[in-house]
Parts: sequence; structure tokens; C-alpha cells
Amino acid sequence: MAQYVIRRILFAIPTLVVISLIIFAILDLAPGDPTSQLPLTLPAEVREQIRESLGFNDPFIIQWLKWMQLMFINEPLHIIDSIFNTCIGDCESRARIISWSSRAPAVDIIFQRLPQTLWVLGASFVLGILIAIPVGIISAYKQYSAFDNIGTFVTMIGYSAPTFFTGILAIIVFSVWLGWFPSFYDSTLVVNSWDTFLAHVKQMAMPVAVLTLFNTAALSRFTRASVLDNLNEDYVRTARSKGLGETMVVTTHVMRNSLIPVVTLIALQIPGIFAGAIITEQIFRINGLGALLITAIGQADVPMVQTLTFMFAFLIVVFNLIADVTYGILDPRIRYD
Amino acid sequence: MKRWQWLSLFAALALFVAACGSGTVDTTTDGSATTGTGAATTDATTGTTADGTATTQPTGTGEAGSGGEFIAFQWQGPSQANAYLSTGTKDLLAGSLVLEPLAEFDPAGQLVPALAAELPTQENGGIAADFSSITWTLQEGLLWSDGTPVTADDVVFSWEYCTNPETGCVADFATVESVVADDDLNVTITFTEPQPYPFTHFVTYTYPILQRAQFTDCAGAGADACTEQNFAPIGTGPYMVTDLRPEDIVTYEINPNYRGIAEGKPFFGSITIEGGGDAEAVARSVLEIGEGDYAWNLQVAPEILEPMEGAGNGVVLAAFASNVEHLNFNQTDPAEDADRSDFAGGANPHPVFFDNPDLIRALSMAINREELVAVGYGAGGTPTCNIWPSEPAISTNMDACLTQDIEGANALLDEIGAVDSDGDGVREWEGIPLEFDFVTSTNAVRQSNQDLIADYWEQIGVVANMRNEDAGLFFDGTNASDASIWKFFADIQMFTNGSTGPDPQGYMVQYITSQIPESTNAYAGGNIPRYASEEYDALWAQLSGMSLDDPARNEVVIQLNDLIVGSGAIVPLVYRASVSAFANDIQGVGDLNAWDSEYWNIEEWTRG
Amino acid sequence: MATTQERVEEQVDLQPARPGEKHRSLSEDVWRQFKRHKGAMIGLVLLAIVVLASVIGPFVYPLDPYDIDTSLANMNPTWTHPMGTDNLGRDVMARVLIGGRISLAVGFAAMLFGLFLGTAVGVISGFFKKFDGPLMRVTDLFLALPILPLLLVVIMLFRESLKDAFGENVGIFILVVFIIGVTSWMQTARVVRGEVLAIKEEEFVLAAHSIGTRKRNVVMRHILPNVLSPVMVSAALGVASAVLTESALSFLGLGFPADFPTWGRLLFDAKGYLQLNPMRAIWPGVMICLAVMSVNFIGDGIRDALDPKARSK
Repeated sequence: MAQYVIRRILFAIPTLVVISLIIFAILDLAPGDPTSQLPLTLPAEVREQIRESLGFNDPFIIQWLKWMQLMFINEPLHIIDSIFNTCIGDCESRARIISWSSRAPAVDIIFQRLPQTLWVLGASFVLGILIAIPVGIISAYKQYSAFDNIGTFVTMIGYSAPTFFTGILAIIVFSVWLGWFPSFYDSTLVVNSWDTFLAHVKQMAMPVAVLTLFNTAALSRFTRASVLDNLNEDYVRTARSKGLGETMVVTTHVMRNSLIPVVTLIALQIPGIFAGAIITEQIFRINGLGALLITAIGQADVPMVQTLTFMFAFLIVVFNLIADVTYGILDPRIRYD
Repeated sequence: MKRWQWLSLFAALALFVAACGSGTVDTTTDGSATTGTGAATTDATTGTTADGTATTQPTGTGEAGSGGEFIAFQWQGPSQANAYLSTGTKDLLAGSLVLEPLAEFDPAGQLVPALAAELPTQENGGIAADFSSITWTLQEGLLWSDGTPVTADDVVFSWEYCTNPETGCVADFATVESVVADDDLNVTITFTEPQPYPFTHFVTYTYPILQRAQFTDCAGAGADACTEQNFAPIGTGPYMVTDLRPEDIVTYEINPNYRGIAEGKPFFGSITIEGGGDAEAVARSVLEIGEGDYAWNLQVAPEILEPMEGAGNGVVLAAFASNVEHLNFNQTDPAEDADRSDFAGGANPHPVFFDNPDLIRALSMAINREELVAVGYGAGGTPTCNIWPSEPAISTNMDACLTQDIEGANALLDEIGAVDSDGDGVREWEGIPLEFDFVTSTNAVRQSNQDLIADYWEQIGVVANMRNEDAGLFFDGTNASDASIWKFFADIQMFTNGSTGPDPQGYMVQYITSQIPESTNAYAGGNIPRYASEEYDALWAQLSGMSLDDPARNEVVIQLNDLIVGSGAIVPLVYRASVSAFANDIQGVGDLNAWDSEYWNIEEWTRG
Repeated sequence: MATTQERVEEQVDLQPARPGEKHRSLSEDVWRQFKRHKGAMIGLVLLAIVVLASVIGPFVYPLDPYDIDTSLANMNPTWTHPMGTDNLGRDVMARVLIGGRISLAVGFAAMLFGLFLGTAVGVISGFFKKFDGPLMRVTDLFLALPILPLLLVVIMLFRESLKDAFGENVGIFILVVFIIGVTSWMQTARVVRGEVLAIKEEEFVLAAHSIGTRKRNVVMRHILPNVLSPVMVSAALGVASAVLTESALSFLGLGFPADFPTWGRLLFDAKGYLQLNPMRAIWPGVMICLAVMSVNFIGDGIRDALDPKARSK
């Protein structure tokens, strides 16, 4: 097992390197230019100077190697330094990945944006799991019952309605007509009292609800399928025939077996919802990672796009790893060889 | 067994939470990094206190800062606050609450002193008789927000900072020979050649004064490590940055050393600039929901904006500078100038546009500019027939185009011999069908206007093949893409252009012959329609030698405008305004400022 | 999300559909079971309606989706304009009908492309051992790519060159289909590979080998028909996610150009007019929901019908 985990981690490293190279290669073809946002009246020499000062004119491989060094050596060192208040090497003048538009370290900005993304995504995800699993189990157990049909229909709607459609409807109804919730997310809000807590709940309500609808749909459909699959297994018949009560059969035998793939799905979904955040953040004006990516693309802020896309890739690799490992822990039938 | 099963579920949940948790830990880590910035700001404030000047407010007035928080929505959130590194107006605006220039424009386009004691003129000796230099005098007793005095040396530093090639400064000092501090209060800017209009440098929010003490290590290669300085510059304006999160949020608190404190200015104690969303969303926030005080840059279709304003929470203000949405007709002479627009295997540029003012006048007559405004701009635009649209040099000679005249256009085309000879519904001129490539940037308003214009032209037997290009490529100054406006690989282009200041001279220069972009000069130059007129060149030379107070100056500007519009190189369409919204209870704003920062008089703003 | 689901699906659907046991053929059997799934039948009818409306609708419906008349702008539904008009006075219903063509075409084309890639990779890596390792590494690599961010970047980059090569609309169509296809084949590949690995060891395949059937024929005649069930489920979910992805791209302003109506684009253009003219946004939204939902229901039905355990019930 440990060997398997180590092997997977070792494989993850070249994967990440190749991904960063792919991202770089794609971005290198970008016709975008950091100076295209500047006033048209700016003379060409000034533009050229700016490009030169940003390192835009370096060859592709040089830019990539520089970035690799910054990403894998300097940035981790900086994080270590700031956690432990140490100073490894030349910590004062250590070069970092600098965003072109803000001239600030890209990783700092990413970490600044992380809390709001995690708050909204985390809340909607946990809420989605709490709703989806019971609903999935009940609809499977009572297959084709009214509960199942209604549940299937509602989750189908949640699954089929694009979040940008439900999100806009929610803003019109709850912000404009009813005035219950703010239509933007204040990332500087510090929760230190009942009022600020309430304000935080309010600003999270709509995005969390919309995302929960979507997450619940996918998860409960899958739970239902998985439980359904197990309900027809021989061991269930055996359990029943030896006189176990229905509750016992379902909670002990069926759930144990059918939730194994569900747990894996949960781990696998996490990177996906990071991507889903791009649209939700755009609608509800949450300045999280997704919004950061969109503005960075719009401003042709290449270092930021590179770093951010790489972070997404990193998250996906890590969660894939977690998914595989949990699966192995939970299901003893899986052999790693 | 049952327990085991739940344990496994919780283990998985714990993994998830741990994943989030570790993220949060990292965040706090980084929080400390950003607190670094915060700490620096705090240091600055403590410095102030140590200095003994005004901790919060001077006794007696007690009004400055009493107005609480002012919430501004800039859907394009500021990336940083240093104007010299800005990537757009969003950053300039964020900086303009803190940093100030020597002089600024008021909404009417009149220059007013900011840090300067008075405006230099030739009478008071501020402007050299031959326009070769200008001397500014700072107000006495000005303090930076850290309590140290502002000196002429800071102005010199700002120039040194920006002209260091490694800084990556976006301001243009090409015409400046030197900036020298004569003493603590006087600074002289010497030009490389005489500038009859000398009010460019250190005027408006694009050229503020930086503090030498704070930025001294940031000039040149050090610029990258200066996040703290760029996010929270020390300034002279009414506010200081307390926290800046790029493209997200900026918070400000009152500058205790601001020169207006004694008069009770500014009224608001803190400012928050909230970024994110789009123009419609922020308009809704201020006008309909009432959750903010100000929303910037509302390029929103009029029929959406008007009902929002009708909700009664706020008002929409528009301000006109010199931005004109116009058509450029490619004037390349097909016989001679292959390197001006060498594309599409010789099939382009369309040969009929060169020196054919009547044909283009017919195309212009067919356009219903009122309708273009109604569909696309609303309060944010007004029909115009001039490429220089603002006071005090507005031409009225071209105004015939304001009324759509399809019949007249048809008659004119018949008259010049552009008739449909082969009966396919499309006119020909000297055997060439009137069918053009019409390009603009991808944008809902432009597409709707493009649709309408193509529709008008169809009514006079002219076909426009509509194309739209991504704005990033269309306006890409590197000309990396063939879609760039400078390359102009098309027959007709539509976009907006305008002057950076209220003086027309710097704007009208771009249409002289030597400014034509072509492959030999790497497509540098502002004469995008490739207009080549000796008459225009001579007239511009005359303008550039005229003193600002010469009464004939406006007349020359009008003649220049009439020449280029009359030639058919440019067909002006809409005089565009910047549009912003204020909550109803905000007072003291006056007219919106299109020539300078919209926050230019924020110290006067109050809540009624 | 549909896709991640399938990855775990391997577990659920590993058993291949056994060939029909009694006199009923497999397809009859499957159809009988499918008919019993109410949702799937409703889905089938809905999809038929949506497809017919998009394919035939624009011929039958009298109004031109591109006809601008600003005097009729922003009208709420009337008899002549059943879904109202947009801000340029164009008829919304005509645009929804024509937009459906493009959205569905993108959905089906991207699905077919992704399915082809996925099945090919799955069959090759399942059947030929030497390709298995490298192909699965490539699949893992693609699974680890941050799809939506890269999608956004790629679309920004290549739309210009394709536009020049194929013309505006065809260029973007090819790009969008290609991008969605290339980024959605991995799940299919994994599921198909799993199936092939299992089927490869079945007696009938071994028998085919032993009588000297050529490998190509074994794949075409014996393996492919038997991996049909996961492929069909993938296909249904693929259409759904392709339609959603296209509309999401259009919503971020990176899909089809403004004058080229697709449901996603129509919804994007209408979002500002939600209060002034709600029907303009609701209809394209409803059409997206309907199309995606019906396809998902059909996918559900196929899965249930092909599941031998469910069928024997």
C-alpha cells in the first residue's frame, strides 16, 4: 500500500512538469500582450520598454525554466519562511513570480483569493453531500416510488439547469425583488460578531444554494445508482433471508458497500467544482480564484494565468491521488500491484 | 461493522476538510505576508503619530472623516495604485485618491492647480517665452501622509523613476529633456523642443507625484519587489490605502496630513472600492438594490439602465471628453502605397475609397446616428459629425450628416455614377461592386450598431460584410495579429478614439501624413485611415506653432476637423460619454469629470 | 460532472451485457426494459420535439432570425412574436429555433468526436497490451489537465487563426467541437478499456481467436458490439455536457460570436434584459435545460435497460 502511494506520488511529479510545459506552450502562442490594455496614444517605444521590463521578449524555454525555478524552489521557500518566520538563503531579495498587471507576487494574490473560493465551494459541497446521500439512498430503496420520481426530476433539473441561468434568476428574485441578500461578496468581511456572521451567511446564501443544487444533483444520482446496484446483490438476499430487519440490511450492508464508490466520487469532484466556480464567481461577484483567472486572461497577465492554471492542475492531481488511495483503503478487494 | 462503515465515511470527509483546512493554513500564512504590507502602512501611521502631527482629527472642526464609509463599485477592480505602472483607468482611479499631480482638469476641461500654487503662464514667468520650458511652484506647507514635507525634489524623482527604462513606466516623457528642482518649491521642466501646450507632464491622474523617500529603491530593476509601495503609495491626497487586494477590493482611510483637514474635508472617513462583476451588475447594485454609493463605467444598453435609474435609488451621470465612435475608410492609394496595406493578395484595399469624398459622404448620409445612439448608447452618447467634438473648437460645418437622408444618398450615388449596372441590387463604381469588409471589435453595442449601419447601406445598394475581432487583438499595439487597427487589413473599421487631454493639438497631429502606419515603420503611427493631405499637414504645422491664447487657434482646429471629415477618411458617428452612477444621497459631486479622475473632487463629496 | 461519475461507473457496470438467453433478442429485451423507464420515455419524446423544432422549425417558422427592426425592440410575447423580440427587434423564437440547431449540432458533433477518440483509445489499450501503459498514462495526463481554464485560454488563442482558415462561424464551430471532444474522451476510454479487458477473457472471444479470426475482425465483430452499453451511456451524458459546456463558454463571452445565435449565446445576451423582457432569457434557458435533461433521462434509461440484473427483474 505504502509502496503504491509512493509510486503514485512519484508519477505525479513528471505529470505536473509535463502539464506546466503544456500550459506554457499554449500560452506562448498567445497573441495577447500586456500592453494592449494601455491607451492607444502610448508611443511604440514606451510599449516596447514595458514589454522588455516584463521579460516578455525572452525565448519560450527560458521563460519556462525561470518559471519552474520560481514555482518549485523560490515559492515553496517563501511559504516555509513565512510559516516559520525563518530566512532561508537570500530571503530578502528572493525572486518570485510577479503578476504583470499588479506587479505583485502571483502566489500571494492566489492565497488572498483562496478563502472566499473555499468558503463558498466548501459550504456548498458539504451541504450537497448532506442532502444528496440520504436522498440517493431513499430514492434507490423506493425505486420508481413518488419520492424517487420527484427526487429524480428535481435532481435532473438541478443537473440540467446551467448555474449561470439559475444564478441570474436568484439575483433577480432575492436581491432585486426581495432585497434579502447582497448581490456581491465582500472578501474583507471579518466575522467577529453575530451581525457580521449574519452578513457572512447572507452573502454566501445565494452562491452556495445555486452550487448546492448542482452538486446535490450529481451526487444523489450517483448514490442512487450505486445503492440500486447493491440492492440486487446476492448478499442482500442472504441478509434478508437470515431474518435481518430492513433497516439493518440497508444501513449495515447496502450502505457500506454502495458508499465506497460515492466517497471516491466526492474526492474526484473537488477539482471539478473549482472549475465550476469560474462561472458562479462571475455571476455573484465573488472575487475568488475563478474570477482571478478570468481577469488575468482578459489582461493577458501571462504569469498569473500560468501559475493559476498550474494550481488547478496541482489540485486535480492531488485529489485524484486522494481518490485512488481512499478507494484502496475502503475497498479491500482492490489490489495494488 | 457499522461503526467501521461510518468511520470510513468520516475519514473521507475529514480528508476533504483537511484539504480545505490546509488551504486555510496556507492562507493565514500568506495573510502574514500581506500583513507585511499592512504592517508597513501601520508603521507609516505610527510615524505620523511620532511626528506629532494630527493623530486623527484636529480639534475644532471635528468634521473631516465624520461621514463614515463610502462604497464605490469599480467592476474592473484596481490591480495596484501606482499610476506609472497602471494597466488601465481602474488603477489610475485607485491611485488618484492618494497621489496627486501638480494640476488637474475640472469637468469643463479647465486646468486647475492641485499641488501647484498657481498655473504657470507666460505672464507670471512660469512658461518660457519660447515654450521651451515650464516652471511649477508647489504650494507651501504641503505634507505627505507620513508627515514629511513635499518638495520639488519629489517631482524630479517622479521623472527619474518613470524614465528609468527598467521600471516599465507607462507614462510618456519623450518630449522632456530634463526636470530640475530650482529650490524646495520650484521645479522646471525643460522640453526637447518648444511645446506651445506645455501642460502634459505632472498634470492629471496619469502623472502624479511620488515620494522619493518611499520609492527610491523602486526605480529600475527594483520595481518588481515594490509591491508594498505600489499598493499603498504615500501621497498627498485625502486618503491613504489601508488594504489593496488586486482586482478585488481597496480600502482607504483618511489622510491625517491632508491639507483640507482643517476645513473639514474630506467628509467620508473611509472609502471602499469593490471590484468584480460587470457593468450591469454594479449598476444594479447602486441604482436598484442601493447597496453602494458609486458605480463606475456603466457601458450598459440604455433600455437596461433607464429602468434601473427609475428604481429611484440613484442617478446616472454622463461626462463627455473627446471620445468619438467613428468609421475609418481605408485611404490607401492602390496605385502607389502597397506597403501601407499590403494584404489579401492585392484584392484589398478597396480602390474606391481613395480620394472619393462624395461616395463616402453618401455612405455617411445614409446613417441614422440618432438610432445608433438610441440602440447602443443612451445617455452615454450623442450623434456627432466631428472627429474633434469638444469645446471650444466645435465645427458646425459638417452637421448635415445629423439627419439621415437615404434619398439624398441614393441621388448622390447616382450623380457620381455609382449605379447598379448589372441589376444585382449592388451598385458599381467604375465597374467595381460597392461591397466592403467592415470590421469592429467584439462587443454587443458595436455589433448592434454594425448591424444597423449594414442595414442602412443595404438601402442604398451597398453591401457591408460584417466582421468582428477580439478586442485584445483589435487594439493590440504590438500588431502581432493581422486584426490590429493599425494594420487595417480591411476596408472599413469602427472604434472609438479620443484625446488624453482637452487640448486638440496632440490629437489632431495623428492625422498628418508622416503618422501613417505602414509595414516600413512597423505600423507605428496614429493615422489609421492613411489620410495623406498636404493641406492638412501644413495647417497642423501652423497650429503647433500657435500660442495657447491665440484667438485664431480654435478656428484652425475647426478647419483641420472639416478637412479630414470632408475628405471621407473618417465618418464620425457618436460622441461618447463616460457614464457613472451615484446614490441619491451623495452630494457635492458636481459634473462628472471625463478629463481627469472621477474622484478628482472626492474631498467635496458628502452624504445628505 | 457527468464525466467524473462515469469513472466510478466502471465499478457499477463492469459486467458485460450477456447475450440474450431465451428466444428474445437482446435489443428487444433492452427496448422492453427501456420502455418501462418513464423518465427515459419522456426524455425521448422531449428530445425528439427539441430536435425536430430545431431542424425543421426554422423552415416552417415564417420570421427571419436576423431581421433587425429597432422599432419592435424589446417586445414581450405577442401573437406575431410568441417569445417576444430582442433589443434589436429580432424575433426571439426564430433565434431560439435556429440557435437550437447550432447548440445541438455542437452537442452531437462533440459527443461523436469524444466518443470516437475515447472508444478508440479504450479498445486499443484494452486489447493490445503493449499500448496499454502509454495510452493510460496519456489518459491520466489529460484527466489532470485543468479543462475549463485551458479551454478558455485555447479559445482565446486559436479563434483568430481558425476564423481566417474556415470563416467566422465554421471556424468557431470546429474549434468548440474539437475542444469539447478532445477534453471529454478520457472517461469513455477508461470505461471501454475496463469492458474490453473483461470481454477479452470471455469464451466467445477466445473461441474466435482459436478458429483463427484476425485481430481486426475480433475487435470489430466481437469486442465492439459488446462494449456498446457503456458507450451509449457515455454518448448520452456526452451530449448533455457538451451542450452545457458550449453554453458556459458562450456565457463567458468566449463561444460563438454575437451575431451567431446559440442557446448559450442567446442567454448571455439576454441576461441584462431579465427584468425588461424575461421571456428572452427564460426560453433559451429552458431549452438548454430541456435538451440536457431529456438526454440525461435517456442515458438513465439505457443504463437501466442494459443492466442485466435490472432487466431480469
